[in-house]
Amino acid sequence: MTTESGADSEAKQPQENKEKGKAKAAAEPVEPENQSELPAAAGHSTPARKEQETQEDDQVSHQSSTSRLSRSPLKGVKIMQCKVTMLDGSDFSVNVEKRAKGHVLFDKVCDHLNLMERDYFGVTYRDVENQKNWIDPNKELKKQIRTGPWNFAFNVKFYPPDPAQLTEDITRYYLCLQLRDDVVSGRLPCSFATHTVLGSYTVQSELGDYDPEELGSDYISELRFAPNQTKELEEKVMELHKTYKAMTPAEAEIHFLENAKKLSMYGVDLHHAKLVGSLNESLAPAEGEDSEGVEIMLGVCSSGLLIYRDRLRINRFAWPKILKISYKRNNFYIKIRPGEFEQFESTIGFKLPNHRAAKRLWKVCVEHHTFFRLVSPEAPPKKFMSLGSKFRYSGRTQAQTRRASSQIQRLAPLFERSASKRYNMSRSLDGAPITESHETLMKDSAADGVSKVIATGDIIAAVTEKKAEEEKAEQEDAQMAAATPEPSTPLRHDTKCSPHVYSSDPLRSELSLPSSPVSSTKVRRRRREGARKRASSVSPAKSSDSCRRRQALDDRKAALLDEQVLLLSARKQRLEQGKRRGGMLFSFSLHLPDLSSYLDEDGYISFPDLSEMRFLPMCAQNFMPIKSPSLIPCFLFIFFFLLSTSFSVPYAISLSFPLALCLCYLEPKAASLTASIAHGYHDHDSSEEEEEETDSEQTDFAFDGDMTATESDADEDSEMPTQDASPPEEMVKHQTNISELKRSFLETGDTSSGLTEWEKRLSSSPARSPRADEPPMIVPLEPEDTQDELPAGEETKGEVEPKLAETSAEPQEEAVVATETEAAPAESTGPTSLDVIEVGTKEVPVVHTETKTITYESAEGETNGDVDPGVLLSAQTITSETTSTTTTTHITKMVKGGISETRIEKRIVITGDSDIDHDEALAQAIKEAKEQHPDMSVTKVVVHKETEITPEEGED
Amino acid sequence: MAGKMAGLMAGFGHYTHAVVRGVPASLAKEALRSSQAEVDLAGARSEHEAYVQVLGTRLGLEVVVLPADESLPDCVFVEDAAVVCGDTALITRPGAESRRRETEAMKAALKELNLNIVEMTDENATLDGGDVLFTGQEFFVGLSKRTNQKGAEILADCFKDYAVSTVPVLEGLHLKSFCSMGGPGLILIGSSEHAQKTLKIMQQMSDHRYDKLTLPDDLAANCLYMNLPNKGHVLLHPTAEEFPESVTVFEKLKDHMLIPVSNMEKAKLDGALTCCSVLITKRADI
Repeated sequence: MTTESGADSEAKQPQENKEKGKAKAAAEPVEPENQSELPAAAGHSTPARKEQETQEDDQVSHQSSTSRLSRSPLKGVKIMQCKVTMLDGSDFSVNVEKRAKGHVLFDKVCDHLNLMERDYFGVTYRDVENQKNWIDPNKELKKQIRTGPWNFAFNVKFYPPDPAQLTEDITRYYLCLQLRDDVVSGRLPCSFATHTVLGSYTVQSELGDYDPEELGSDYISELRFAPNQTKELEEKVMELHKTYKAMTPAEAEIHFLENAKKLSMYGVDLHHAKLVGSLNESLAPAEGEDSEGVEIMLGVCSSGLLIYRDRLRINRFAWPKILKISYKRNNFYIKIRPGEFEQFESTIGFKLPNHRAAKRLWKVCVEHHTFFRLVSPEAPPKKFMSLGSKFRYSGRTQAQTRRASSQIQRLAPLFERSASKRYNMSRSLDGAPITESHETLMKDSAADGVSKVIATGDIIAAVTEKKAEEEKAEQEDAQMAAATPEPSTPLRHDTKCSPHVYSSDPLRSELSLPSSPVSSTKVRRRRREGARKRASSVSPAKSSDSCRRRQALDDRKAALLDEQVLLLSARKQRLEQGKRRGGMLFSFSLHLPDLSSYLDEDGYISFPDLSEMRFLPMCAQNFMPIKSPSLIPCFLFIFFFLLSTSFSVPYAISLSFPLALCLCYLEPKAASLTASIAHGYHDHDSSEEEEEETDSEQTDFAFDGDMTATESDADEDSEMPTQDASPPEEMVKHQTNISELKRSFLETGDTSSGLTEWEKRLSSSPARSPRADEPPMIVPLEPEDTQDELPAGEETKGEVEPKLAETSAEPQEEAVVATETEAAPAESTGPTSLDVIEVGTKEVPVVHTETKTITYESAEGETNGDVDPGVLLSAQTITSETTSTTTTTHITKMVKGGISETRIEKRIVITGDSDIDHDEALAQAIKEAKEQHPDMSVTKVVVHKETEITPEEGED
Repeated sequence: MAGKMAGLMAGFGHYTHAVVRGVPASLAKEALRSSQAEVDLAGARSEHEAYVQVLGTRLGLEVVVLPADESLPDCVFVEDAAVVCGDTALITRPGAESRRRETEAMKAALKELNLNIVEMTDENATLDGGDVLFTGQEFFVGLSKRTNQKGAEILADCFKDYAVSTVPVLEGLHLKSFCSMGGPGLILIGSSEHAQKTLKIMQQMSDHRYDKLTLPDDLAANCLYMNLPNKGHVLLHPTAEEFPESVTVFEKLKDHMLIPVSNMEKAKLDGALTCCSVLITKRADI
């Protein structure tokens, strides 16, 4: 029933007000005084914002319910009546402002239910096709509903794998109600025996102990236990019920859940689809049958994606196994990490009935993945350029919600268990709300309770600081860049791009990690320190913020590692394919979706043609045309700068930060990949059998020194543990690529050309990215606008493609180029160890420095022909990190044509989980570089932002 | 409380009954086989007798012995005729046409035991019990020469509580020709490439984690696991005479009561240890 009670329907108000008042009774306690704490309490996750708005909204609606005159005439607020079908089958009517966002309604319903552990739940509506859609809390209701009455349902969205871990009985009760409906509706199939058991606990929960006098003999027939309920079932249920003595409703519900959670379809959200192409060989196709076009069901659950054919599970992709999730038109794609026997990732496509279904599935996947696999949600990409879906799950993750729940201090609320008669086919008893909020210790509504509790719990309190911290972040960053208050102007670049907050934390096992990012960081840090005995570098100014950053760093490093792993396979492929030169920059492993079909209505905007994007420089457009269904576009900003001395000692600094504008949801988990590497050393059997455990192991790996070591490895693309196959060669090749890359920079004079595989990799930014409004700034020597956004590559793990080398030469740089680090297989003069150039940045209190020197003689280099290949004498990588930056300095010495060349590349990765003034940071870095190496000059600056979210490691 | 133990809660391997069947004389000559080996009927009979002895006398199961049927040379391999889980028995439709009638006696026996009988009547469906691996938490059904998709679907319909995943049987007769359960969460697996590959698929398909014990011989990976009162973990496994290397591996199972059972003659007919019985968990109180 849609009631618009706007200015034109004010006459109706009084009636509505009554209902409203009733509804309010439950929701009332949400009062302003407590509200103030809410934002902090919820930290960065949506709830905070939610609450604020709720309050606002409540006030508005409250006012409107008491006096319509109080409605702001300016706003012309319209009130809509929503009908929400509750889990017990009753309807709950609630008014919300017409323009209210989804969470307003959701919060009202939860308040009404007195539910505190609300993150497992959600509000759904049925679209015109009668498909159930989850209301996005961050979008306006009216945009989600489009047409039709404002009818909703309250449902469990994320089924906790272990309901016993829920804190409150009331939460379990609602979960039970959902499951009963799942069972009765047939969505959750179970055997007769299980129907019996579940039914008996339902009866016990509702009616208490069997009492022949009170209940009679047919007391059970009004209850529903199964889709096809038989007399026999009822008898069995009664039989069992009689055996329960003095079992409380809460106990009965626990028993109910303990049985229900084991059902194979527990919490599996099914979607109809057809197979496109064939599943990989692990699928067992029916004999003599082409799997193409076969009707299947995709089941999204806490552990991953299940694929069913009829009732049979024909494949399963655990979240760690999935690198990417995307959809395009009515197709849904998952990109799978290569298995033990496969070299390459594979993409599996599914055809959904229509576009909406594909999108719905994609969203559900994103949400489940985030909720169950991540420690904290990714921030949705900001709107800025509406390329790419801005949809992300923004609520709390399971880890966070558990944490928050553990802080709940209220006495268990009293609540009435409604008779499941309402579950009868006629779900229409009365619409009265079943649960009134009873006297609880805290008179506040659930929402308030949560906020209070959170505010007091110290760990969470730390979380609450986040917001403030974020606000301070800019200043802090300025401090960080303290040494130079003024960035060197030439490098300044004032264009605002859109950075992005990608705050994804790798999934960490709950065992090893507290859910709060802050605290987990602490734990980690301790570990790390213990392991490596590094001095803590946290500068006083940064304190807790630094923790987060550090975590970000860890994540990032892990991401790099992962990327590295991927590179391996890519390289293999490349080797097989032989050298390719010129042509496409991202010839391989870079897939761009068909641009015209990227996006749809809300937030999924389409670009008909990339070349029409004005901000895209011509040179960048060349890189655009690669298409692939599975990938997402992302924006890359690459600034790169080289410092070079008069005698050809280039110094390269690349500053990279992630930009989160991607269409497709990628696994932001970084930590896991470490495990794969670590596992590489172990025997396969053990690693593959430990899927569940890898996470925690990975977590550990992520913090210990190996991580850092690999970080530097990542830079030079060599020495990866997994890479036992001839690191020197790889190394040399990489060098080659670097030089090519550089040359191209020098030659093209256009920053955008910096979009090489190498750079992308270099700056691969895992899941996080800096604030969006503070774009990269430094304008290199290039006159062009450096802020070109290249919606180009997304898949940066591609191998290093040596194709960059263009020939045009910038005269002034020629010398340098000539002595560029081409690795020359031919004239190896033998390793010469060279001294390490000390690269330290003062703004970088070195927490830890990993130094590695690798000496090579020669390798089959991929030279450009026009350049004399040089001999790589030594390469060294130094990594240092501070709270917010990781500086990796890669020093190579080459001998080429008798000239010894030292090249220093400095890569500074600023992790972007907080606002960072990148302009300043980069300027600072450059300045420092200059100071440290006065004999060098900056020749190139590349800032690379990218969307790549590093895939996490899958096991096996 | 009986109720709690019903359905999903039943302990894995807590068997109370076993259904076996006599060895017909036709076994030696007529039973299906993948090799041309000569089968010694007397040897097969004495082996089987010893096997039944172990189940009944030594382990204390209630053994229901179905009489051999000369017209059904393979009838001793009762496993293929029914899949029993909890209180439900699925009477299969064996893949080999000559074996279809084996289910009749089985059905009657299981009915007698008060199990809920589900029959596979679909003429497009085939399923041999030897292709069904129940881990305690889920089913894996091998799609083999004897078992098809439809058969697996019917099994899934029959045991709705559990995930039923299909895996290809690349070589060998049945899925359980190279694997079986060795305990709760422990899969015994042969070391052949196809066995290992199948295990990987199973692991990928599963939400649960399994340990594995790899046996040098595929056939040795077919054992009979039980968890019995006063005996704990019990494993009937092939003898050292047949698989000397594999037997040393079994000895790693320190918590198991290991009972070597000779199976040489039946093995010539692709009959492994699990093939010769249908194990049932029945509770007195329901």
